[in-house]
Amino acid sequence: MLRAVIGRDLRLAMRRQADIVAAMFFFIIVVSLFPLGVGPEPDQLRRMAPGVLWVAALLATMLSLPRLFADDHRDGTLEQLTLAPQPLGVIVLGKVIAHWLVAGLPLVVLAPVLGIQFDLSSDALLVLTVSLLIGTPALSGIGAIGAALTLGVRGGGVLLSLLVLPLYIPVLIFGAGAVDATLSGLGPQAHLSLLGALALGGVFFAPWPTAAALRVALE
Amino acid sequence: MLEASNLECVRGERSLFAGVSFRLDGGEMLYVQGKNGSGKTSLLRMLCALTPAVSGEIRWRGGPIGKLGEEFRSELCYLGHQNAIKEELTPLENLLSSARLAQEALDEDAALDALALVGLRGREDLACRYLSQGQKRRAALARLVNEKRALWVLDEPYVALDPAAVELVAGLIGTHLQAGGLAVLTTHQAVSVPAAAVRELWLGDSDATQRPQ
Repeated sequence: MLRAVIGRDLRLAMRRQADIVAAMFFFIIVVSLFPLGVGPEPDQLRRMAPGVLWVAALLATMLSLPRLFADDHRDGTLEQLTLAPQPLGVIVLGKVIAHWLVAGLPLVVLAPVLGIQFDLSSDALLVLTVSLLIGTPALSGIGAIGAALTLGVRGGGVLLSLLVLPLYIPVLIFGAGAVDATLSGLGPQAHLSLLGALALGGVFFAPWPTAAALRVALE
Repeated sequence: MLEASNLECVRGERSLFAGVSFRLDGGEMLYVQGKNGSGKTSLLRMLCALTPAVSGEIRWRGGPIGKLGEEFRSELCYLGHQNAIKEELTPLENLLSSARLAQEALDEDAALDALALVGLRGREDLACRYLSQGQKRRAALARLVNEKRALWVLDEPYVALDPAAVELVAGLIGTHLQAGGLAVLTTHQAVSVPAAAVRELWLGDSDATQRPQ
């Protein structure tokens, strides 16, 4: 069942590659603007790198969130998903996983390459990648709640950002904190563990409130 | 099998209908009629548990549908106003993926046969956004060809279809009823479904001129 939902969403995403590519280029460009704007001072760049990369990752994730349920809502597929014999939460979990594969995983892959612009050491690059790998699923999970709550609302995109970005703050703090801790010589383990806890919570608990919000949106 | 008692629907401040009751058994079809805005779609959505009824109760095989949950949904096939097909996918992919999501076994040959039956032969591999309105509706209705679930709830199934396709769909509903299934549908077209015990339900004003005697 989970496989059916993930497979369907991945196939749809492959037919609309422009969306994925746009979010990736947004990430690349936002991250690259900072070294250009701030100037080539390695110390300063190193210090700001974790924050810049993580904030850019949050914003790039936000780009793809509004469409998580909106397309299914518009063409009536969401009703069919709601009426499927499985619990709606499981279907939402499938959609969250597919969203991460399409919107989160590319960021993880791009991050180490972009990190080089900030003169990050290989240790820091590794921790950055790992922190994104652990943290981005939480972004998809938490984002799904916001996407479901703003479904069918006019101007939902802005409302979605206002709703979801504050909820991303813990992920941002621990994600960027892990890289900071590596740079300052402390171990990143504590931050990464907390990030992992957030991700588990985000991915496995978020589908249920999301399902409830979707039912309300369909009434 | 399907019983509704004293259903009431309120949209905004307005009560659309109240005191709607009916009972439907295997092999019977309920034909919901009424003016535009009389609450036909709302009633159908209530029967699917998509919209909660303000008051009243709907029972399936004796149990309230809200409590039955998955047990009820696995016997329900709903086709709404919207076609529920993905524009980016082909009719074949749409049919296969909706069958997988409904946890029905449908192999590719059966799906191709179903699409041929609804007149989409040669269009199986064309993304649905290139199809006409009527062809999209046909792609959506292809689901009914191999549909084994007992209760069909169809909202305006004949919209955008040409006469031949309307007859085909009416035939599919007829076959379903003969096999002991139930169907609830709304339509503004007078279409006779073969071999069906039809019950009619009028929604809206209890205006005598609206009600055929």
